[in-house]
Formats: sequence, structure tokens, C-alpha cells
Amino acid sequence: MHIPDGFLDVKTAATAAVVSAVAISYSIKQTREVLDDRQIPMMGVAAAFIFAAQMVNFPVAGGTSGHLIGGTLAAITFGPWAAMLIMSAVLIIQSFVFQDGGISALGGNILLMAVVAPLVGYFVYSLLMGSGESRKRVLASTFVAGWISTISASLVCAILLSISNIVSIQVAVPAMLGWHTLIGIGEGLVTAFVVSYLTKVKPGMVRRYRVNTKESVGAM
Amino acid sequence: MPKIKKEVIIGIFIALLIVVILAPLASSNPDGLERVAEDLAFLERADGREVISSPLPDYEVPGLENKTLAGILAGITGTLLTFALMMILAKLIATSKKNKQMS
Repeated sequence: MHIPDGFLDVKTAATAAVVSAVAISYSIKQTREVLDDRQIPMMGVAAAFIFAAQMVNFPVAGGTSGHLIGGTLAAITFGPWAAMLIMSAVLIIQSFVFQDGGISALGGNILLMAVVAPLVGYFVYSLLMGSGESRKRVLASTFVAGWISTISASLVCAILLSISNIVSIQVAVPAMLGWHTLIGIGEGLVTAFVVSYLTKVKPGMVRRYRVNTKESVGAM
Repeated sequence: MPKIKKEVIIGIFIALLIVVILAPLASSNPDGLERVAEDLAFLERADGREVISSPLPDYEVPGLENKTLAGILAGITGTLLTFALMMILAKLIATSKKNKQMS
């Protein structure tokens, strides 16, 4: 969903950049409060992993592909604020080094994939987890959170395109939502797969998850 | 110099495996936004509008004919650069926290 240079007009790109800057500075403040030095290398790993995973476009229907955003994955493992920083690091490298997402659209891309995706993903995940903490619940909540996070990001993308007067909102929204409802299924599946792996190897990294002794004994 | 943890090495190794094994198999079909831009005829708005010229545009290595190899090299470079950038940013934030606590 990386917006290239040339799509957004100046006012939209500038507004998105300001909103993103405010969101990122808030997330820096929040992260600073809770950041444990020992977490830093794993934040680096998360960013590197998401960069790599974003290269793997999977086919959806009708000659279209999609790839993981990773915002929900980052939010479930590091919380929504640190996730915003992890996603921003990925997007900065992609746009400057690989021209994947325009420099002028970086604010817009950060808004979609580093702000909206992790915040919505984390919100949906927390909502669905409720007071639950089982592995099944974690994986089901993760899937839905990933799916909705992608759809939400695509909705905001459609809004940015229409504010830029490229397409009307009535056309942009169904077009973007149509494809991203499908691509979001991939996001949900990949995120749930990775979270499932983490519950086995590093359960402490999965927010709200508590290892159930009975469950793990049963699994053996 | 603190010891590098095993989980960090495993994590980076997995990321590099994805780049080497899965990324070359990635679908080259347009992604969701590109597809919408094609269907609604605004994709050409991006033509030649790049604000800067990136060193490895579209995950290709200028001058390297073999696109699969180029993609792998670009992916390895990007994975390590992203790791480095995130480490630097997180360290800066952690340092600013300590400074704040001292003042």
C-alpha cells in the first residue's frame, strides 16, 4: 500500500506529514517511559523481520498481490507506541533506499502503516481478548486484528487519494476496500502464524497471553 | 560490549531466510493500491515524479542483470539497514530517558 510520489497533492501530503509527526512524537514519549534497554535489540529484530516479510507479495484474486504490513504484529508484541516507531523505521528505509513509497508521501505512508495499522490492530486485539488469555483466543484475535488493520489503513489511503482530488471518495473507498478486504486475510493469517510461533518460543513477547500449564502439558 | 543474545541472532537469521528463500518467490502482480491506480487510471501520475533517486530503486541493483540475485542483495541490505536504524533510534530514545532522569 506504499503511496508513491505524485499521488498526493501538496496539502494532503503536508497534512498527513504533520499528523504523522504529532503521532510519532507522542509515541516516542510513551515508548521512552516504558522502554527497557534489553528490549532494544528485539525492536531491531522486529523492524528487520517486518522489512523482510513485506518483500513477500502473495497473490490474491484477479492478478493482484498483497503483502504483510506488520503493524498489528508489532503492536501485539511491543505495544502500539513502540510499534509505531518500528513501522516508521521500516518505511523510512523503504522510501529512501528502495523508492518503495515516495519521500513526499512518507508522512502519508507513516499515517497508514505506522499509525493507523498498529493502533487499530492493537485496539481490535485488546477488544477481542477481553479478559481471555488462552492461546486459541490470542490467535483468533490476532487474525481478526490483522485483517481489520489492513482494511482500516486502506480506508485512510482512499481518503487521502480523494482529498488529493485524484478520485472521488465514492469511487476510491469501494475500490480500496474491495482489494484490501482480501489482502487483509493474508495479513491476519501471516500475523497469526508468527504470533503462534512466538507463543511457543517466546511467550512473554505476546501481549495478554498467559501460558496455561494445563494447555502446554496437553500439547506435549 | 554486551553479549549479543541468541534470540537476536535467530531473529535476524529468520529475516534473512525470508529474503533469500521467500522473497524471490513473491508475486510480481501489482499490489492493492497499484491495482486500484491502474483500474482507475491514475497510476501514470507517479511516472517520473520521484523526489530523490534511491540507491536501490524497486529492490534492484543498478548494473546487475540478474533480478533475482539483485532482489536478494537488496533485501539483505534493507534488512540489516532497518535493524541498524531501529537500534539507533531506540538507543537515542533510551539515552534521552537517562538524560531526563539525571536533570
